[in-house]
Amino acid sequence: MTTAAVQIPETENYLNKEYGIRSWLLTTDHKRIALLYLITITFFFFIGGFFALLIRLELLTPAGDLLQADTYNKMFTMHGQVMVFFFLIPAVPAVLGNFLLPIMIGAKDLAFPRINLLSWYLLVAGGCLMLYTILAGGADTGWTFYTPLSTAFLNTHVVAAALAIFIAGFSSILTGLNFIVTTHRMRAPGMTWNRLPLFVWANYATAIIQVLGTPVLAISLMLVALDRLFHFGIFDPNRGGDPLLFQHLFWFYSHPAVYIMILPGMGVISEIVTCFSRKRVFGYKFMALAVIAIAVLGFLVWAHHMFVAGISVYAALIFSFLSYFVAVPSAIKVFNWTATMYKGSISYTTPMLYAFGFIGLFTMGGLTGLFLAALGIDVHVTDTYFVVAHFHYIMVGGMVMAYLGGMHFWWPKISGRMYPEAWGKLAALIIFVGFNLTFFPQFVLGYLGMPRRYWQYSPEFQVLNVLSTAGATILAVGYVLPMAYFLWSMRYGKVADANPWGAAGLEWTIQSPPTTFNFDETPIVTTEAYNYDELQEVPVGR
Amino acid sequence: MADSPTVVNSSEVHNPALRHHFADMEQQRESSEFGMWVFLITEIMFFGGMFAAYMIYRYLYYPSWAAGSEKMDFWYGTINTVVLICSSLTMALAVHSAQVGRRKLLVTLLIITMLFGVTFLVIKGVEYHGHWVKNEFPGAGFHVEDVDAAAAVHIELFFSLYWAMTGFHALHMLIGIGIVALITYFSWRGKYGPDYHNPVEITGLYWHFVDLIWIYLYPLLYLISHTHKA
Amino acid sequence: MTEHVLPKKTYIIVWVALMCLTVATAAVSKVELGPFNAVVALAIATMKGLLVVLFFMGVKYISQKMTIVAIVAGLFWLGILLSLSMADYGTRAFR
Repeated sequence: MTTAAVQIPETENYLNKEYGIRSWLLTTDHKRIALLYLITITFFFFIGGFFALLIRLELLTPAGDLLQADTYNKMFTMHGQVMVFFFLIPAVPAVLGNFLLPIMIGAKDLAFPRINLLSWYLLVAGGCLMLYTILAGGADTGWTFYTPLSTAFLNTHVVAAALAIFIAGFSSILTGLNFIVTTHRMRAPGMTWNRLPLFVWANYATAIIQVLGTPVLAISLMLVALDRLFHFGIFDPNRGGDPLLFQHLFWFYSHPAVYIMILPGMGVISEIVTCFSRKRVFGYKFMALAVIAIAVLGFLVWAHHMFVAGISVYAALIFSFLSYFVAVPSAIKVFNWTATMYKGSISYTTPMLYAFGFIGLFTMGGLTGLFLAALGIDVHVTDTYFVVAHFHYIMVGGMVMAYLGGMHFWWPKISGRMYPEAWGKLAALIIFVGFNLTFFPQFVLGYLGMPRRYWQYSPEFQVLNVLSTAGATILAVGYVLPMAYFLWSMRYGKVADANPWGAAGLEWTIQSPPTTFNFDETPIVTTEAYNYDELQEVPVGR
Repeated sequence: MADSPTVVNSSEVHNPALRHHFADMEQQRESSEFGMWVFLITEIMFFGGMFAAYMIYRYLYYPSWAAGSEKMDFWYGTINTVVLICSSLTMALAVHSAQVGRRKLLVTLLIITMLFGVTFLVIKGVEYHGHWVKNEFPGAGFHVEDVDAAAAVHIELFFSLYWAMTGFHALHMLIGIGIVALITYFSWRGKYGPDYHNPVEITGLYWHFVDLIWIYLYPLLYLISHTHKA
Repeated sequence: MTEHVLPKKTYIIVWVALMCLTVATAAVSKVELGPFNAVVALAIATMKGLLVVLFFMGVKYISQKMTIVAIVAGLFWLGILLSLSMADYGTRAFR
């Protein structure tokens, strides 16, 4: 048993191969780039979280007494923009995907390592512009930039915010491009499509969305900028333009964007559930097809965000009908994870706790999505806290939990150290309690009629709002804990060997942390994924 | 030279241009070619947003679209189309020169391609200037003559899309010329030959794509009306 | 590594075809055909586009079939954007 006082000689790995800031800022190693992304998105997560806390503080009381109305508008705008574009969209693909994708397919790196580095620099550039926007006074359009408010009526930093997101979007496109080419061209011998880990399938499906959808966001933001800077009037009803045209273009991306955010998380959950049930995944082919189906179907439903905006009733009916379908592959995945656990040998490790949390909360979020797909119900609850609760259940209850689960699962591989398991479990529990206390009341609030994006509300809503704010405070504590103990573990954590979880997958066959080129020899793959019935029984958590 | 496509064998693993994370030159070449195509698909979607806006407003306000097209300069548009097609020819021939290892021809053809590109931009600039002095730029100063009332309401929309679509196209041309300039320099330095010429090929793909966008912009913007006041 | 090198003559022929189609589309645009003007113009543009894609961009002799899947997917996705937005605009009159 090793203790912190004993120094273990470290073998050469990607972390100690070269030192110095240049070796990090000019790296082309996908693993180092993943860590650069980790620092960036963690930073923006806390910025976005800061705005969330201000929102919840304001909403402690019915009156608008903490902030002015315009300032409150800036709070929810910056919260949304920062969280969506600088945390959720990059998080799993750019951190875990970047780190793991090449290793999982048996490659030495992504297809385009220099473009990978460029992607990171683009996110940082967009992030710097977003920071400037915030410090200069922010934008107050809502994260959705609806016209003509954003183009003709506001004098806040709309163009700066739009440009920041445009640049970040370019980062996302290049990552997607890299992942697609890598998955097609760089698989090791024997690594057929049917043997790929589901995490790879999930990132591949995500990459398809990134590549096909993000450019439409880019052009819609450019047109808003042109309308503002040059008074083009493309979306100005006074000059013949249609504000809904912006919404069509915006949501064509932004609906599939939510699948960019959730699909990689689903990939993480598949890896965690199989490992800690010590079983093959139930229905591998359906799981793989489901992520592709979600990616494709996700492009056919965007106008369900526009049911009350003024689209024709017939279009609303078509989009409502189509919106039901996208729930089917998601449900298949939930059923298959459950079936994977059935008669499995379950270990209640921290990653597995996050996976449980994900499955339950994602299901609730997804089902409430069906409520919203129903045109008749949507008319009543749209633009209320019902919608806010729905997407936070999926984004926070789902996606952030999957991200944290993945970070804990692969932390030994990334850092060569184990995180402290007791603290891990404690943080997971705090986050679960905090999350439900924050967001469940919001479903009730929305159903009772509390509108979103208002800085004051009717007094009868106060109790539920207070509960929600209390929950947010607990959630904040829960989020700070992993940051603290992950940092602690880098120096004092138990040294991890190649496969502390006894998991299947190529990443667990190489040392922790990996060498720069991952494999000494190109692996030759001969088994299906998750071949737990063939692996030796290994005590978990070594 | 044979009429049918020939097969060119290229080098083994120890090509100095091989990047270390690739197993061999074939994987490298296929990856870079596929990667450029994936990028071009993102460009289809980027321009596609503007084509969607164009299509929707044309559907709603056809008379304004026809009136706006009438104000386009038919001859500048047509000449520019010819210029770009010629530039695609010289670019394709340049790629061919790289494939067969004719360095001087490669450099010459790339330079001619750039000249065609610059010609396109100069003509576009003249065209833009013409619209500008006639107050055909959207905004407070927008004003058009000789259009009937029904068309006048939405003609500013047509011009907004004209400036946006041709403007983004011109920006892509400019970037393309920059990339070709870089490739020309490396070609002159002897970097490309039958064993390695990916960058020339994928630059060609980008260039042809920008031509392709114009092939659609030309009829959509210039050829709606039949009177064409030049 | 193997690839197909198209003879220069092929490129010249394609260029001539593109020039002829350009002249054709310019000429046809001067003739009043009602709604068919748009159809013909787009048809000719598509023919020109196919020539550029198949020959100048080499897709006719391409070794990676996945590229063709990707191109078709891209065009199909553009089709989704165009057609489903028209589902709104095209039916507003019936409100």
